[in-house]
Amino acid sequence: MDLKAKRTVTAYSFLALPSLFFLLIRIFPTLSAFSLSVHTQKGSLTTSNYHQMFADPVFWHSLLNTLAYVVLTIPLQIVIGLLMAMAIERVERLRWFYRIVYFLPYITSIVAVSWVWRLMYDPNTGLFNEILGWVGIAPQNFLQDPKEALISVGAVMIWQMMGFSMLIYSAGLQAIPRLYYSAARIDGAGSWKIFWRITLPLLNPTTAFLAVTGGIQAMQTFTQVENLTGSSGAAAGGPLHSTVSMVVYMYNNGFQEFNMQYASAVAVVLFVIIMIITLFQLKTISRTIEY
Amino acid sequence: MCGVLFVALPFLWMILSSLKSLSDFYSFTFFPKHIDWSAYQYIFGQTEYLRWYLNSFIVGIVVTVSGLLFDSLIGYVLAKHRFPGSKVVFVLILSTFMIPTEMLVIPWYVMSVKLHWVDSYWGIMFPGMIEAFGVFLMRQFMFGVPDDLLNAARIDGMSEFRIWWNVAVPQVKPALSALGIITFLGNWNAYLWPVIIISSSKMRTLPVGIALYASADNGGGIQWNTIMAMSTIAVIPIIIVFLIFQKQIVEGITLTGVKG
Repeated sequence: MDLKAKRTVTAYSFLALPSLFFLLIRIFPTLSAFSLSVHTQKGSLTTSNYHQMFADPVFWHSLLNTLAYVVLTIPLQIVIGLLMAMAIERVERLRWFYRIVYFLPYITSIVAVSWVWRLMYDPNTGLFNEILGWVGIAPQNFLQDPKEALISVGAVMIWQMMGFSMLIYSAGLQAIPRLYYSAARIDGAGSWKIFWRITLPLLNPTTAFLAVTGGIQAMQTFTQVENLTGSSGAAAGGPLHSTVSMVVYMYNNGFQEFNMQYASAVAVVLFVIIMIITLFQLKTISRTIEY
Repeated sequence: MCGVLFVALPFLWMILSSLKSLSDFYSFTFFPKHIDWSAYQYIFGQTEYLRWYLNSFIVGIVVTVSGLLFDSLIGYVLAKHRFPGSKVVFVLILSTFMIPTEMLVIPWYVMSVKLHWVDSYWGIMFPGMIEAFGVFLMRQFMFGVPDDLLNAARIDGMSEFRIWWNVAVPQVKPALSALGIITFLGNWNAYLWPVIIISSSKMRTLPVGIALYASADNGGGIQWNTIMAMSTIAVIPIIIVFLIFQKQIVEGITLTGVKG
């Protein structure tokens, strides 16, 4: 065997087992999901799952809620993360302390975080209403109020994710050569201008990364909704379907109603939407700036 | 900065609440009326909490080690070996990255039922053994390994496998530790798939155990103090580990964010 052939064999022998794994665990199930989605529970070929889905108002609630989670939480967690990163840059001492504290929520279990916030949100005995009472605002129902529930869930998501944005932005900020700032100052530019014309554009790749990954994550919202609104009596996603996300909807149909085919159809739709949003984001946000 | 307070407040609340007795929750009190350890006693005495902890640990370690081994191997082969089809394989693996797990959990479950993997360690672990993200990251870092080192080893007659293990792997240690931390963390906190595949109480991982306990009907309303105690014990070790390894963790996550 000549060298090239030998190399090829070696390479593929190393890759054989893992490739098999990917085929079995990722590619085959993807096809299976698509296939399931066009079958009925008895096994005949049909598009009825999709018809049923588009006719179900709860599905549309889940779609709108999921989009709301994306639109509500991503910009805020990015902006707050950026502000925190910039504020930390200004601090001389104890930078590591701030970084740790702000990053702590991100590494904490979503389940634990959700239950703590659920306790704080409690309309009768929760911390938040107590604090609101101190400043004379009437108690809110938060998670039990259809008008406030989604935002309440969103707040938990932002609280957990902003530390991640902060960390990534910190790295991005440190990568900007001080030279640019000095040059701008010599040219007489004020802080505001420096931020808009130099800092922000140079952080573009970072912002793009955070927006895309954050968007995908927000589309997959599940654990928070389950633990903030679920209970032994009622399925998660209330009150009145105001917090149900697409994954929650899929889970309820697949693993509580045990309609795997229908749930697969929901999952396929979710997949398509994630693809569309990701491609859209990549097209509009990615602009490289050369100086 | 008052931002610190906003961030730290929920943690504080969690710890304080875990030390309250159940009656403290009928009205608002900031501090426990008197420190009540009964929630903690209950956890260790009456629930399978420790087992859940162990399960999470086992799953986390196995998946992380598997991921590191396979991801670095695949990344090494894809980065340092030129052979027909290497691009295709890479694109194929990368494309799986775009597939959300939500879509896969249903087929995984159907598969697990057929293969009797339900409610087992393997059932919890198998989806995460190799991650496309890890392969991508390792490949990026493997590019940085000097070819001279590899060729020298080849001239010395080392087998390709030995070369990977003894030469390439030590060169990418920072990336490995970063990936290891991210993988472990992701598995420790994983919820969707574990809650689907686990059915018995003794196989639960920590997040599933806490969640199912909290939302179960415990014959007396939500057992807040126990839930808070469970959460506290779940969170404190992570915080301690984080404090010890903070430098590596922060570097690691930043590294993947910058390269990704």
